[in-house]
Amino acid sequence: MPIQDLIGKEIPPFEMPIERGKIKEFAEAISDDNPLYRDPTYAKESLFGGVLAPPTFTATKAFWRTGGTNAEIAGLDNRFLLHGEEEYEYFQPIIAGDVLTCKGKITEAYEKAGKRGGTMTFVVFEFTLYNQRGEKVLISRSTAIQTGGVVKD
Amino acid sequence: MGKNLLYFEDVREGDEAPPLVVASITRTQIVKYAGASGDFNPIHHDELYAIRAGNDRVFAMGMMTAGFLSHMVTDWVGDGNLRKYKVRFATRIWPGDTVTCKGKITKKYTRDSKNYIKADVFAENQNSEKAIMGTIVAELPSKAAD
Repeated sequence: MPIQDLIGKEIPPFEMPIERGKIKEFAEAISDDNPLYRDPTYAKESLFGGVLAPPTFTATKAFWRTGGTNAEIAGLDNRFLLHGEEEYEYFQPIIAGDVLTCKGKITEAYEKAGKRGGTMTFVVFEFTLYNQRGEKVLISRSTAIQTGGVVKD
Repeated sequence: MGKNLLYFEDVREGDEAPPLVVASITRTQIVKYAGASGDFNPIHHDELYAIRAGNDRVFAMGMMTAGFLSHMVTDWVGDGNLRKYKVRFATRIWPGDTVTCKGKITKKYTRDSKNYIKADVFAENQNSEKAIMGTIVAELPSKAAD
């Protein structure tokens, strides 16, 4: 199947509840001790009104989406997969208690000759997330690269 | 935390962020991030899998380092002020590496009555090799906004 056939493929829309326990766990994993991520009393009294999700927290949509990972949907091999780029646009804060609706699709898919020989495959996944008030909160674009063989830096 | 508020009037193109260091990445930290984020690609936590795939050991997922870098960014520009964050993953981070996150303002501008900075941000390993290169756009509060 030519890789370009993936363009436009949609990821089944899903809901993602934002939970303060998960935010705390994520903050711990990125070594960020910001009390807005960990202390509900402090966060409630802040201008955000609740525990705030860190900027890359929507990576946790992995737990809510269905139909497989980006790699599985695009038929990419985890052994030879590199994360090329990740891009975020932020419109509204994401606060514990929000329930986000996530819509995703593949927006680009192409092949290029690798610098070290072989073929490199690029696939871009774009997700748009809305909160329970219908406000757009975030757009993320993730570029996955499958190398021709063993991953090299 | 105790970060200072960054005001638009106070920043200049060329200003640098206070660097943030995450020392000696461990496999345990990689596992914590895998569990937290749902990235269960075995190449990051299963040594045999990583070796059979041609690597000499497991390596960190780029998004963990992007998380460290985001910590540097929000400490610098303030919570809720980030508007864009884009990163490109270059060199991998391996267990034992130390990551230093840095940033530098490249542009200061006003658009539609809002004040923004654009900055280059990056994360380096202990050999000053860039693991991640990226840019941010942040909206900064103005001292005059009262």
